[in-house]
Amino acid sequence: MAEPAPSPASTGAAALRDIAREVGVAKPDPILVADGVVRRFGGVTAVNVGHVEFQRGAITALIGPNGAGKTTFFNLLSCFDQPQQGTWSFNGRVLNGVAPYKVARSGMVRTFQLTKALTKLTVIENMRLGGQNQRGERFWGALSGSWRSQEREITERADALLQRFKLDHMRNEFAASLSGGQRKLLEMARALMTDPELLMLDEPMAGVNPALKQSLLEHVKTLRDEGRSVIFVEHDMDMVYDISDWVVVMAEGRVIAEGTPAEIGANVAVIDAYLGTHHGAELSGDLAAHTADESSSERRAEP
Amino acid sequence: MDWGFIGTQSISALIGPMAVFYILGAQGLNLHYGYTGLLNFGQAGFMATGAYGVAICCASEAAGGYGLPLWVGFLVAVVATVLLALLLGVPTLRLRGDYLAIVTIAASEILRIVLRSEALEDFSGGNSGMAGFARSFYDANPFTNGRRYELGPFSYLGKDLWVMTVGWGLIAIAAVLTFLLMRSPWGRVLRSIRENEDAVRSLGKNVFSYKMQSLVLGAVMGAAGGVVLALYQNLASPDDYGTKTTFIAYTALILGGAARVGGPIVGGMIFYGFFAFMQVTASQAAKADVLPRSIMDSVQAGIVPFLFLGVVLMLLVVFRPQGIFGDRREIELDG
Ligand SMILES: Nc1ncnc2c1ncn2[C@@H]1O[C@H](COP(=O)(O)OP(=O)(O)OP(=O)(O)O)[C@@H](O)[C@H]1O
Ligand SMILES: [Mg+2]
Repeated sequence: MAEPAPSPASTGAAALRDIAREVGVAKPDPILVADGVVRRFGGVTAVNVGHVEFQRGAITALIGPNGAGKTTFFNLLSCFDQPQQGTWSFNGRVLNGVAPYKVARSGMVRTFQLTKALTKLTVIENMRLGGQNQRGERFWGALSGSWRSQEREITERADALLQRFKLDHMRNEFAASLSGGQRKLLEMARALMTDPELLMLDEPMAGVNPALKQSLLEHVKTLRDEGRSVIFVEHDMDMVYDISDWVVVMAEGRVIAEGTPAEIGANVAVIDAYLGTHHGAELSGDLAAHTADESSSERRAEP
Repeated sequence: MDWGFIGTQSISALIGPMAVFYILGAQGLNLHYGYTGLLNFGQAGFMATGAYGVAICCASEAAGGYGLPLWVGFLVAVVATVLLALLLGVPTLRLRGDYLAIVTIAASEILRIVLRSEALEDFSGGNSGMAGFARSFYDANPFTNGRRYELGPFSYLGKDLWVMTVGWGLIAIAAVLTFLLMRSPWGRVLRSIRENEDAVRSLGKNVFSYKMQSLVLGAVMGAAGGVVLALYQNLASPDDYGTKTTFIAYTALILGGAARVGGPIVGGMIFYGFFAFMQVTASQAAKADVLPRSIMDSVQAGIVPFLFLGVVLMLLVVFRPQGIFGDRREIELDG
């Protein structure tokens, strides 16, 4: 893999302009690399990814029809599931067999397509749980009471995020009383509490109202501008066009195309994968119609 | 029927040594089940470990023990309980919750059967148990062992008062510990694990380690209960630690309200007070021939409290699943 010395033109999203548009292409500064990852469920090969790299400091969209293997791929990359074959690495560290909590601690934090709100905790408690290196989470630290100042800092950060995500009025409610869309928001905000280097979002905007969606997309762009990397799965093509720097397309477990959003929109293989025989249909409109709301993808349990 | 006697007996049982025994067991389960969501169905096994740890260490050599001082016995009881909890936790805490339930209930029964086996009679006293190790404990009693103390409606022997003093001290320690831990971020992680382990993992917390800490700490609380019972009876008897004991502790916990520090305490008191009331009333009724022998004799009277126990438990789950302290809304919240 060619490694040009990092310079403004070879880092972040800008560096993606000049690379080849082919599946498995090497990125100038990859943060996450997967190689030969295969996951089978009985006879079904859910994921069979030859080689794919994700650029640091960029927003990458992972798209594909229902059942393409996007969520399974997320589960594998974040070590919530183990593949039959393959290796993958984050920041150069091979993650095979690493415990999921260690992956999260090392800076790669994911959310779930089917939200996992901690329903009997309040919204603010959900948020506080995201804080890292908490003294009060250690047994003796908890007893000594020396955690209170840190708790105040964490709470301040949590309140700021809740405001951003328009959840501040629900602060002291049980998470069980949130709507489906609000739970999505809470989960994303909670993931941000960990201050991740790489944020992996599985359909973050499913069920979120358009006005708020716009403001959150801006927030995701801010994350990139802070130097973080974002990978997200999304069926909403407007969002993909709006914020992603790079798009990776999966179908039937394989990566079938990579490129900028505009190129992907015109890619025949992608249109094929999405629409079968309806060639030539205008992609963005038809894909938007495919937008899976949560209920349509709730047929399967995640691990 | 001597109603005065029945009243004194049941009121005294409210805070008596047996109530202490169940409260400590239930406070441990509160940590496991109430806060962490661990289904430990073998609390009796940890309680037995506490009791036998002290009994085997401190019984005289003539009685088959090692004749060690009491504090060594306490230490051994705690260490043995921690080891047992680690042993059961390592293979099961990584698996789904039901496995822990199966393994703990089996382990506690195996432990009980091994402790009462004839082959190990020299070590653990067989089915009659280990006796005669509490002398130094009662020598240290600031009350007069044989004297009866009357305080209002309560009536205790001096020796029981001493057991209760120590026992309630332990309950206070367990309650303060639980309170401090559960309002800290450590407790927040435990409550989150109860709700959804994967969410907690995805935020970088070592779920296995927290479950283990919870299992060990709750087991030690149970063991403290076992030590109290052993001292009270001056006997560690295998059949005090059957599965019945675990389920009584669960009943006390659910009666008071799970995931509340005061739940096991109030639940344990009310449960055991009521249980003693049933016991004394039934045996008095049998003695006084209130009912014809053909319906209930004194042997059958012994079973009556358990019949009521079942009925109470059913009524509780149907009409007040949150217990005395719980918040009904919280129980009904759903993912
Ligand atoms: N635990 C499982 N057991 C068996 N099959 C599974 C399991 N998880 C996923 N699959 C199968 O793997 C394939 C890919 O599923 P996956 O959830 O990764 O799709 P996806 O791309 O996330 O789809 P969607 O857009 O609907 O969320 C599907 O065919 C699915 O049936
Ligand atoms: Mg999915």
